[in-house]
Amino acid sequence: MNAFALPMASEPYVPPTISDTHLPDVLPWMAEYGTGFGKQMIMIILSIILIVWFFKSAIKNPKLVPSKVQFLAETAYGFVRNSVGRDIIGEKNFRPWVPLLFATFFFVLLNNLFGAIPFLQLPSFSHAGSAYAMALIIYGTWIAVGVKNHGLRYFKLAVVPSGVPGWIMPLLVPLEIISNFIVRPLTHSLRLMATMLSGHMIVLLAATGARHLIMVQESLALNGVGILVIVGSVAMYFLELLIMVLQAFVFTLLTAIYIQGALDADAH
Amino acid sequence: MISNELILAAGAGANPLLPNPWEILVTAAGFAVLLFIVVKYIAPAFEKSYQDRVTAIEGGLEKAEAAQAEADAILAQYKAQLLEARTEANRIREDAREEGAQILAESNAKATAETARIHAQAQQSIASERAAAASSLRAEVGTLATTLASKIVDDALENDERASRVVDKFLSDLESQQNAGASN
Repeated sequence: MNAFALPMASEPYVPPTISDTHLPDVLPWMAEYGTGFGKQMIMIILSIILIVWFFKSAIKNPKLVPSKVQFLAETAYGFVRNSVGRDIIGEKNFRPWVPLLFATFFFVLLNNLFGAIPFLQLPSFSHAGSAYAMALIIYGTWIAVGVKNHGLRYFKLAVVPSGVPGWIMPLLVPLEIISNFIVRPLTHSLRLMATMLSGHMIVLLAATGARHLIMVQESLALNGVGILVIVGSVAMYFLELLIMVLQAFVFTLLTAIYIQGALDADAH
Repeated sequence: MISNELILAAGAGANPLLPNPWEILVTAAGFAVLLFIVVKYIAPAFEKSYQDRVTAIEGGLEKAEAAQAEADAILAQYKAQLLEARTEANRIREDAREEGAQILAESNAKATAETARIHAQAQQSIASERAAAASSLRAEVGTLATTLASKIVDDALENDERASRVVDKFLSDLESQQNAGASN
């Protein structure tokens, strides 16, 4: 494992792997990952507690002239409600979907931001299971919405585009089926998982790399490069923050778009 | 230079696409709980707060509009009253002017009449006084003339009856002469 273009040192550099993002489980203590209750699950539950606590306490005694916390919470709620819900789903139908969009956005956002908080330092959605779960819930939701609004005809509406000449249908319909019902939930979940995982891997790489360069290598030049890695990782940290917020927004936006598509399947 | 071994090393470990089923379960169940709380408590509370604010603001606006309308009405009323008062004042002034002119004319007429009356009275009194003076003068002149003549002609003319006849004749002559002179 010492095939890297680094001088030989007392301890070879071992790059982090996916397994490094899988910490041993907490319950039972230090059990092998995947056999019990792990850190990632604790953070999922922690995020739910934090969201409920923050928004419930912010709106417990609503004032006409809001306090700072109430204003912050109302702005956050209003952002999802108006900028995502109303703008995408439309004035007529958006109201019943605001809670789902709100819960989705803050659930994903907070779990992503956990990756930027020292000690927690693990974006929950870098684990594929959570991303699959969220994408699956939303996949089921928009299909149910389509069937409820249009009956079984919904599947025809979703895969047979209108205003297209008949001879191209044999080509287009399978493509639509693949794109809408197979690729869509996969991209919805993997986009989130991959961005979070790569961000997490960058943190791991910078941390282990800098440690190796500074602590293990004996050359002063390489120690200096290690310092540069730390400086560079600060920039990466802020980029990651941006991506965490952006991906939460994208995930929620796509949720709204899918629901809108199912609601108005006959409109195009 | 990235060697194959490095890529292999990076690829070692777990497959990131394989989910941990427990994480799927915890995430799905957790999200369901979160969604339930949001649907049941959080979203209605925010919607209510938002609605209350909208109501309050709209109510405030309506109140302000009502106050504005009321103020406008009062202003219009004041303006009408002011106009009315001005008209009234003009009318009163006009009336007063007319009345004044009338009073002036009346007093002028009265003064003229009074002047005429005083004038006439004075004329009358002058005339009567002149008449009185003339008659008294006549008597006195007669006495004086008689006395004078008696002194001149002495006892010869002591006879009263004759004397008074002469005097009367003289005086009537005098009077007729005077009258003729006045009529001329």
